[in-house]
Amino acid sequence: MSDLTRMTATEIAALVAGGEISAVEVTRAHLDRIAAVDDRVHAFLHVDTEGALAAAGAVDERRAAGEELGPLAGVPVAVKDVLATRGVPTTVGSKILEGWRPPYDATIVQRLRDAGTVMLGKTNMDEFAMGSSTEYSAYGPTHNPWDLSRIPGGSGGGSAAALAAYEAPLAIGSDTGGSIRQPGAVTGTVGAKPTYGGTSRYGLVAFSSSLDTPGPCARNVLDAALLHQVIGGHDPRDSTSIPQPVPDVVAAAKLGATGDLTGVRLGIVSEFVGEGAEPGVMTAFRESVDALTKMGAEIVEISCPTFAYALPAYYLIAPSECSSNLARFDGVRFGLRVGDDGNRSLEEVMSLTRETGFGPEVKRRIMIGTYALSSGYYDAYYGQAQKVRTLITRDFTAAFEQVDALISPTTPSVAFPIGARTADPYQMYLADLYTIPTNLYGGPGISVPCGLSEGLPVGLQVMAPTMADDRMYRVAAALESAVGTFTPPAL
Amino acid sequence: MTTTLPAYDEVVARYEPVIGLETHVELGTNTKMFCGCPTDFGGEPNTRVCPVCLGLPGSLPVANKAAIEAIIRIGLALNCSIARWCRFARKNYFYPDMPKNFQISQYDEPICVDGYLDVEVGGETVRIEIERVHLEEDTGKTLHVGGATGRIHGATESLVDYNRAGIPLVEIVTKPIAGTGVLAPDVAKAYVAELRDVIRTLGVSDVRMEEGSLRCDVNTSLNLPGQEWGTRTETKNVNSLRSVERAVRSEMLRQASVLDAGGRITQETRHFHEDTGDTTPGRSKETATDYRYFPEPDLVPIAPDPAWVAELKAALPELPRVHRRRLQEQWGLSDLDMQSVLNAGAVELIEATVAAGTTPAAARKWWLGELSRRANESGVELADIGATPAQVAELQGLVDAGKLNDKMARTVLEGVVDGEGSPTQIMTSRGLEVVSDTGALTVAVDEAIAANPGIADKIRSGKVAAAGALVGAVMKTTRGQADAKTVRELILERLGVQG
Repeated sequence: MSDLTRMTATEIAALVAGGEISAVEVTRAHLDRIAAVDDRVHAFLHVDTEGALAAAGAVDERRAAGEELGPLAGVPVAVKDVLATRGVPTTVGSKILEGWRPPYDATIVQRLRDAGTVMLGKTNMDEFAMGSSTEYSAYGPTHNPWDLSRIPGGSGGGSAAALAAYEAPLAIGSDTGGSIRQPGAVTGTVGAKPTYGGTSRYGLVAFSSSLDTPGPCARNVLDAALLHQVIGGHDPRDSTSIPQPVPDVVAAAKLGATGDLTGVRLGIVSEFVGEGAEPGVMTAFRESVDALTKMGAEIVEISCPTFAYALPAYYLIAPSECSSNLARFDGVRFGLRVGDDGNRSLEEVMSLTRETGFGPEVKRRIMIGTYALSSGYYDAYYGQAQKVRTLITRDFTAAFEQVDALISPTTPSVAFPIGARTADPYQMYLADLYTIPTNLYGGPGISVPCGLSEGLPVGLQVMAPTMADDRMYRVAAALESAVGTFTPPAL
Repeated sequence: MTTTLPAYDEVVARYEPVIGLETHVELGTNTKMFCGCPTDFGGEPNTRVCPVCLGLPGSLPVANKAAIEAIIRIGLALNCSIARWCRFARKNYFYPDMPKNFQISQYDEPICVDGYLDVEVGGETVRIEIERVHLEEDTGKTLHVGGATGRIHGATESLVDYNRAGIPLVEIVTKPIAGTGVLAPDVAKAYVAELRDVIRTLGVSDVRMEEGSLRCDVNTSLNLPGQEWGTRTETKNVNSLRSVERAVRSEMLRQASVLDAGGRITQETRHFHEDTGDTTPGRSKETATDYRYFPEPDLVPIAPDPAWVAELKAALPELPRVHRRRLQEQWGLSDLDMQSVLNAGAVELIEATVAAGTTPAAARKWWLGELSRRANESGVELADIGATPAQVAELQGLVDAGKLNDKMARTVLEGVVDGEGSPTQIMTSRGLEVVSDTGALTVAVDEAIAANPGIADKIRSGKVAAAGALVGAVMKTTRGQADAKTVRELILERLGVQG
C-alpha cells in the first residue's frame, strides 16, 4: 500500500468503503505522521489519539456490519481549535480557555461525526482567530511546511499546515476576514469560505458574529467540496443560518475538473491587481488568468472602488463585535481564573483574569471595539463602517450583474518569515486586503493554488454571489486541472 | 439627614409630582427566550441551564416565537403600534449574573411603541401613555454570602444561580405621568394593578409580584408649579401593589424635605424597604453607564407579518376595563356600588359565583358582607380567604332550597372559611339542616299547644299575635333548625285559625 497520508480524501474514502484498508489503519498512519513531524510544524494544539481510533474503529464496525457509509467515512479531519468539541480541549489558541473541555459539540463537529469522519485533533490558530500568521497563538506559532522559518498564514495556520505537512487530508477552518483562504494560499492548499449562513456557527467560538464563517480546507478542490457538502446546510440552532440546501458544490467541482469554462464570465478586480501585490504573486496570477482564458472563460476587468475601504471598515466592525463577544471570558463560569485569593474583589478577579488570559492582539481589538461602540463615537465609527459595508455589497451586486465570479490573488504576498510583521499590526492586517471584502458582503470565496513564486505557493481567489458557492468550485477545479497541485519539499 | 418629613398634604400643596413606571413581566412561555430550557419558578440552582443560557463559548441564541407572539399581544392590548421590522440589541456590561456579560435586549428599535392604558382612580379615568414595550432576557440571580447586608459589598462569597437567566422578560415603559397631583401614588398603584390584570387576562404571564414575575421600578420627581420637571430618582425593589403606592409617597416626602432644606435631588437608583416604607440610595446615576448598545448580530431581525398581527389583534380577549363595564351593566350596579366591588377585589369572585348559578345580588352580598369582614379581620386578600366562588354558590343554593336560613348559612360559611369542608358537609356535620319534615314539626307543634293551653286559647279567640310564643317554644325544641314561618303556619292550621 502506498503512503496513506499522501492520498486524497476521495481515495481514502473509496478504499475504506471498499474494505481495502481499514479506517483504523488510515488513522494510525496519520497519527504516526503527526508524531513524526508535528514537533517541527506545530499544527496541532491537541491530538485526540483515543477519540480518533475509537471513531475509526466504529466506522470499520459499521462497514463490517454492511451499513452504508457516507462519502467521507473513515477519512481523518483536523479541526481548528475554534470549534467546540465535547470533552476535547477547546482553547481558541488562548490561555483564557486553557483546560476547557466543552460539554457540547459544535453543529459542524456533530455533522463530521455523523458522517463517519475521524477527528484527529484540534489545530493551532491565532488567539480567537485574530491574526494572519498564527504567531498570535498563545501556544506558540505554527511553521509553514514549505519553509519552517515562515508563517503558514492565519488565523487558521494550523489547519493549512496540517494539510501541507500530510498530517491530515482534510481540515476545518473559520474565515472572518480571510482565515481560511490566506493560509490556504501560502501553504499551497485549498481553502473555501462558504456563503455566510451556509455553514452553521453553532459551537464556533465567536470572534465577529456577522463575519465568522466556518468552512472546508483540503489539498484539492474536490475534497474541499465533499467536506463542504458534509458540514454545510441549515441549522436551526443558528438563526443566521440560511434555510436552503447547500448548492451542489461536488457536482460543480467535477464539472470544473473537465477543464471546460466555456461561457463562464470572470471579472478581475482592478483594485487588487495594482501595485499592492508582490511581482511574483502577480506573475503566477497572470499565468493563471491565461490558463482560465484557454479553458474558454471570458475575462474582463471590473472596478470595485469601495473595496479600498473594506480594510478600515472591517477593523471597526470586527473589533466592535469581538469586544462584546469576548466579554464572557471573565473567569466566573469556565476557563482561566486569576487572583481569586479571598482578598480580591470580584471586579479585580475579572480584570486580572482578562489581563492575564488575553494576548496583545486580542487586547488591542477589544480596546478598539469598545471605543468604536462608545456612546458619542458609535455613529462615526461602527455606524459609518456599516454604511461602507452596504456600499461594498452594492459593488459586489453590480459586479455580479456583469460576471459570474470575481477573481484576484488571494493575498498580496507569499508566506513571510516568522517575526517579520508582529511589530507592525498594519502590515499584518494587509495580508487580508483581498479577502476581507467577501466577508463584509457575505458571499463565498475560495483560494486555490495557482503557482509558485521563488519556491513558495501563490493562491488565486474566486469570489461568487451569495448561495452560488458552486460557481467558485467550478472555476477553482478548472484552474486546478490546468496548473495541478503543489507538493512542498520533504520535511 | 432630615429626621422629620413634611406632611403629605403640604407637599402636594407646594410641589407637583411627575412619575414614571418601568415594569418587567416574566413571560409564562414553556421555554426560555433563546434556548429550550424550562422556565418554571424555583428548582435546584443551575439545573435549568444549557450552553446557550450559560453563555458558553460558541453557543448561539434563537428567538422563541411564543415570546414574540406574547409581546405583540401585550402591545396590542396596550394600544401600541407594532413595528414592521425591528432588531434585538446587545446591552454590554459586566456582572456575574449576566452569563455573556451582555444582555440581549432592544434599544432604539422596540417591537411595540406609543400606546396607552386607561386606569380608574377615585372614579376618574386617567390615561397613562406607554412609550415602549420591548423584549429581553432575564439575568441570573446572585447570592452574596458572608456580608452584613446581603449586598455585594462586604460579602466573602458570591453564588450565582442561572436558572432564571434567559427567561423572556417584557419591559413596559410609561411616558412621564404629570398632573396627577395628590393622586400620584394612587395612579401609580392603579396603573400597575390594571397592567397586571390586562396581562393576566392575556394569559401570557402569571404576573405574581411576590415571585418576581412582575417587577416594578418607580421614577419620581417633584417640581414647583410652573417650573421645569425636577431631577428624578428610580426606586427599585418595589414588590407589591401596596409598595408601589408607598414608594411614590415616601419618595415624594423625602424629595420635598430635601428641596425644602435648599438641597438638590441626586439622580440615582434607590431601594424601597417593605418593612419601613423608606427608600435608601443605591448606585448613583450621575455618571451614566455606557452600555455600548449595538444590533445583536447573532439574531435575525423580527419582521412580524402584518396579517399575523391583525389575527392576534382580532383574537384578543375582552380586556379588564371593558369586562368590568359589561359586568356592572349585567349586575345592575351604580358606579359607586361597582367601585366598592372593585375596592374589595371582588369582581372575579362575584363573577365566578354568578357563573356557578347564584344571582348577582346574592353573590355580592356574601363577598362584600360576611367574607369581606372576615378578610379584613384576618388581614388577607379576599381572594385568599379560603372560600371559593363554587362554595359560596353552593351555600346560596342551600338557602334558596330552604335548607338553611340566613343565620345558619352564616354559621356554615364560617365553617367553610375555617376549612371544615363544603357547605353541605358542614351543614350535615354540624346538624344545621332546617327541619322541613312536617310530620316531625307537627308533633313538636302539637306538644307546644298541649303544653301552653292558655296561649292556644288566646290564638283560637283571634289573638293571632300570640302565636309568636308558641313558635319560640317549637324553635327551642327543634334547636333552631325549623323554619319559623313554616312553624307559624302549622300552629295556626292546627288551631283552625286563618293567618
